[in-house]
Amino acid sequence: MMKSGNSTLARAALAVALFALATQAQAVTEIQWWHSMTGKLNDIVADIATKFNASQTEYKVTAIYKGQYDESMTAAIAAYRAGNPPQIVQVFEVGTATMMAAKGAVKPVYQLMAEEHEPFDSKGFLGAVASYYSDTSGHLISMPFNSSTQVLYINDDAFKKAGLDPANPPKTWPEVEQAAAKLKASGAACGFTTGWQSWVQLESFSAWHNVPFATLQNGLGGMGTRLEFNGPVQVKHIQNLADWAKKGEFTYKGRKDEPLAAFTSGECGMITTSSGSYANIKANAKFAWRTATLPYYADVKGAPQNTVIGGATLWVLNQKDKNMYKGIAKFFTYLSSAEVQEKWHADTGYVPITLTAYDLAKQKGLYTERPGFDIAIKELTNKPPTANSKGLRLGNFVQIRNIIDEELENVWSGQKNAKQALDEAVKRGNEQLERFERANSN
Amino acid sequence: MEKRVVFKSPWLPYALVAPQLAITLVFFFWPASQALYWSLLIQDAFAARTQFVWFDNFRDLFNDPHYLASFQITAVFSILVTVIGLAVALLLAVFADRVVRGAKVYKTLLIWPYAVAAAVAAVLWVFLLNPTLGVVTHLLRALGYDWNYLLNARQALILIVIAAVWKQISYNFLFFLAGLQSVPKSLIEAAAIDGAGPARRFWTIVFPMLSPTTFFLLVVNIVYAFFDTFAIVDAATGGGPVQATAILVFKVYQDGVQALDLGGSAAQSVILMAIVIALTVAQFRFVERKVQY
Repeated sequence: MMKSGNSTLARAALAVALFALATQAQAVTEIQWWHSMTGKLNDIVADIATKFNASQTEYKVTAIYKGQYDESMTAAIAAYRAGNPPQIVQVFEVGTATMMAAKGAVKPVYQLMAEEHEPFDSKGFLGAVASYYSDTSGHLISMPFNSSTQVLYINDDAFKKAGLDPANPPKTWPEVEQAAAKLKASGAACGFTTGWQSWVQLESFSAWHNVPFATLQNGLGGMGTRLEFNGPVQVKHIQNLADWAKKGEFTYKGRKDEPLAAFTSGECGMITTSSGSYANIKANAKFAWRTATLPYYADVKGAPQNTVIGGATLWVLNQKDKNMYKGIAKFFTYLSSAEVQEKWHADTGYVPITLTAYDLAKQKGLYTERPGFDIAIKELTNKPPTANSKGLRLGNFVQIRNIIDEELENVWSGQKNAKQALDEAVKRGNEQLERFERANSN
Repeated sequence: MEKRVVFKSPWLPYALVAPQLAITLVFFFWPASQALYWSLLIQDAFAARTQFVWFDNFRDLFNDPHYLASFQITAVFSILVTVIGLAVALLLAVFADRVVRGAKVYKTLLIWPYAVAAAVAAVLWVFLLNPTLGVVTHLLRALGYDWNYLLNARQALILIVIAAVWKQISYNFLFFLAGLQSVPKSLIEAAAIDGAGPARRFWTIVFPMLSPTTFFLLVVNIVYAFFDTFAIVDAATGGGPVQATAILVFKVYQDGVQALDLGGSAAQSVILMAIVIALTVAQFRFVERKVQY
């Protein structure tokens, strides 16, 4: 009898406790933030959410890792179709056109911030960052988060061994070739390689030389864009790379980030890849190295222009519960503050997305402490972006990048010349654009 | 006279098969019919706009020479994976069957790879064979052989075949070993007394008696090669170089999950489904005749 009385009492106590917990949870609105940041970046993202949660009591941002970029985007779309979308999802730059075409699924950030009366000035963002994610009237549709661009990394030790001066890194592509030849001659297995070939050697290459990648401002002007990266400047560059590959000066090491290992292991003396690789190289390279500006062709008029970004932004999905928006807007204000952005930049190597964060980093002496850390920002802000260098917005971009990768592999293996491969890539890519337009027209 | 057990109740037999039917309906017929329906649609990723386009997705596919090339790659890949996977597993099982000392350890070790996820299996082999970091690559280079599957189509195919076979050998091994252990010892001993050597005993007695197992594994392995290998391709080669390792199921995954072209991906999976159904029917009609139960 005594026993059963005890357990009834215990159950009642538990019920009261649970009820208390439940009401407490109701008072705090939970905002789910789906992202694709792994390893150390995952910790930093969690830290941002924790600090925001500690700064106020009404909202709780929960950062959830949902797999790689394509996986988290697919998961968010599936959740939306099932009627239960997350509040914020991180989407990579190639998904931009798909997200923008999503009628009624996305809450544009400029609208959100205006409706919730949060301070928001799209002029405060780096031009090349804001333009990539703005609509035709210049309004930011998604919240810039992690952005990087392309830089050249050189192995100082290998340069010295080859009789080159690392303090004077190659500035133009012909100089890159000369340096690669000398590296080869000094016994290096590979002179130069590149990560993310489509992004570095065609997408950003076109912007850097102020030539179009696609019509209608590279697709920023709306639907109906067609690819045109088979112009003379791009064909010349890809053919040069092919010729250097034949001489063993340029070595193809894979489509995405795989080539980085060939640099950090010391095999290749130079690599053009993401500025976001800074931390990885710092952790893994057992030699002196430095960052340099992305090379260009001096004989192309207007070069260097500015590079384009890569990375991801945060998209707000339409919510049934309108109270969510206030919390999301407050979180975005916190996220884009100079302090948070400067710390994000310093911790990760991604560029600071606002000019005030850039100034703060300068004040703190970040760039004297880490020479070359600001090269990415200087490239992005080199000149005001033109129609060719604001960014790219292509439907079915994932497939188009695959097609470009495939056709470039045909060039590196000597099965096609640059002109044939780029013509074919444009033709196949345009079929993808047509397919996307068909799926997204009424 | 034939003796039959008959259910007296009119509904009991249906009730007994109902769970089985329900599972088949929910997990096979329903998704398959969805795939059929979706293959006739063009839809944006968020399903905000849906158009019924009849067979346009199929027409686009068959107008794409790269998609057609994928059939040949898939055929070569599936034949290699099935034949090599069965042959190696059978060899290992025959050896394991003879081992007396340490048999358990040996068998356990052989079964381990089955517990490894496909993507992990691919990454393990990539670590060994990576053109920059791979241990085996360095050995091959030292021998004067240039191993670089990033640009060499044949080497890329070899890589995914090795990873796919390695992953499946344990499964085949288990079934072969069980099959071998059910071959009556008396038959083998009788043949030995008649003067048949080990090779002859194997081919005239053991191998025919294994034929039901072999046939079952043949069907399972072909289905495995067609359907379950996309994670290996994705992690090892991403379908490259060019499209040298883009097998059909990988393209379904790539277009549907990575690129969000659901209509095109559904059309591809319908084609894939038709191929596997045709292959399975063919196997049961023509190969099964040779099986001795």
